[in-house]
Amino acid sequence: MAETSIPLSTKEHDKGRWQRFRESDFFYAFKRSPVAIVSFAVVALLVLAAVFAPLIAPTNPFDPASLNLMNGFTPPMEPNAFTQESFLMGTDDQGRDVFSTILYGMRISLFVGISAVLFAMVLGIVLGLVSGYFGGWTETIIMRIADVQLTFPSILVAMLIFGVAKGFTPVEYRDQMAIWVLILAIGLSDWVQFARVVRGATLVEKSKDYVAAARLIGRSPWAIMIRHILPNAMSPVLVIATISLALAIIAEATLSFLGVGAPPTQPSLGTLIRIGQGFLFSGEWWILFFPACTLLGLALSVNLLGDWLRDALNPRLR
Amino acid sequence: MLAFIIRRIGQSILVLLIVGLVAFSMFRFVGDPIDNMLGQERTIEDVERLRTQLGLDQPFPVQYYRFLEGAAQGNFGVSYRQGRPVSEILLERAPATLELAAVSGMLAIVFGIALGVFTAIRRNGATANIIMATSLIGVSLPTFLIGILLIYLFSVELGWLPSFGRGETVQIGESWTTGFLTISGLKALILPSITLGLYQMTLIMRLVRSEMLEVLRQDYIRFARARGLTDRVVNFRHALKNTMVPVVTVIGLQLGAIIAFAIITETVFQWPGVGLLFINAIQFVDIPVMAAYLMLISVMFVGINLIVDILYVFIDPRLRVDRTGAH
Repeated sequence: MAETSIPLSTKEHDKGRWQRFRESDFFYAFKRSPVAIVSFAVVALLVLAAVFAPLIAPTNPFDPASLNLMNGFTPPMEPNAFTQESFLMGTDDQGRDVFSTILYGMRISLFVGISAVLFAMVLGIVLGLVSGYFGGWTETIIMRIADVQLTFPSILVAMLIFGVAKGFTPVEYRDQMAIWVLILAIGLSDWVQFARVVRGATLVEKSKDYVAAARLIGRSPWAIMIRHILPNAMSPVLVIATISLALAIIAEATLSFLGVGAPPTQPSLGTLIRIGQGFLFSGEWWILFFPACTLLGLALSVNLLGDWLRDALNPRLR
Repeated sequence: MLAFIIRRIGQSILVLLIVGLVAFSMFRFVGDPIDNMLGQERTIEDVERLRTQLGLDQPFPVQYYRFLEGAAQGNFGVSYRQGRPVSEILLERAPATLELAAVSGMLAIVFGIALGVFTAIRRNGATANIIMATSLIGVSLPTFLIGILLIYLFSVELGWLPSFGRGETVQIGESWTTGFLTISGLKALILPSITLGLYQMTLIMRLVRSEMLEVLRQDYIRFARARGLTDRVVNFRHALKNTMVPVVTVIGLQLGAIIAFAIITETVFQWPGVGLLFINAIQFVDIPVMAAYLMLISVMFVGINLIVDILYVFIDPRLRVDRTGAH
């Protein structure tokens, strides 16, 4: 996601930059790696499909008026016995088109995943900068919390935060708030990596001459941290963000699958798999199979892209 | 060194007190538990009686003290949903989770080490490469999808193994039920324990492999071969033994992870353990059960980490100096 936004936004402002990007080592490495190209294409395709879901989806699965119960349990690519309608990926028990529910489900999965990673990233960057730049007891407290949190598996932390936060939301808002609670839970379970990396980079950069110079001309600590130090710590942050995105998507799917994530009124891919599992024994495999494959394809390609990004941005491995 | 251990224990207690505060504030501030326990049809007398019975009419500090006192004695109050003491429910559910975790852990350790050694020795062999490639898939598949896949293959298509529950269990003593003693109990264990152990198995396998590759390059291995020792002795007596320190540490740390990930496996297989209890507690906002699980899992994780940290200091003398700075 980060990559699509960089070239697009720079192209409008400044053609020279776009030109420089095309001639950079980074773009060269990208062109030479089939894994990177394929996984980037898959991610881009799925993200576009999710963004334009209302335009692509043949039906709106959440509009009760468009549903026909007679269409229930239609196998993929076969005409329905009663209505003669046929669906690319079949329909579920209520006659909802599986393809459309996947497109809409992917929106929720991606929205939760991306928002959670952004939240974790901002939180981690701020805490990392503060603890690296100021040091002292602030650093001790922040890093101690990070150490403690690292000892717990992040999916468990997310589950516990989800449980606590759900408990604190008033009953009547629980379903509406579930998505936000989910973002909060996954984001809070994931900031530690960012904070540690940014703190490490800050400690290194802090002692360099340009920071001393900036301090000498009287720039405020926040300006130094954000305008001067942070840009030099961004490439590991981007790598972690990409890998975290794959983990966040899987975490969201796991929580929703367990029934403690996205509510049935806003089904994500995990919720769809949870629903599909109920039909596994009666032979309606497609209700489970297609959402599961989509989730796998999404998580795997984001993961591969992250792995490639780590190698490409790490000058030691070149 | 003593100072380090004392400081570590102090930190652990602090962490547990903070977790306790979170658990307690859930009790105190989340909704009205009376609403959760009594339905629409209730009398004022019912409400008052229950409020006194649960101690909700006491002032905040008294409730906090009572909570800490109770938690230290393993008493977490009454489940809002089932109306029974939480400790009783937990004790009833614990054997299922512990048996599942034990079998998964054994699978992970035995197969993880064996496959790790195998792939390290036959580094470029076809079988070893296939195992490594398969392990990559194993790492990137979410646990619940592995579970569903196994159910589909072995329960739906082949019909060999049950897809849910513990099968028949046998009561041992007062509070322990075991699935180890009946055929159906053992059969029911197979799929869940593979699902739960697979991730840890690949983790141990990859670790053993990379450590073995590192060790096999060392001079003393070359000398051992030059002495004419058999491959078997060199590989197992000399190489494997020296990879064990990091492997044992990871196994120790993964013990907690297995109990935590049991939540997912138990939900897929409707395994009547503590994890499924916790998930149901979240769904129904059953605070006492959630708080008890939170405390239990924290004590376990903090304890495991404390032990591993202290063992480290004993094993590796370099760590005996203070190490608060950057890595």
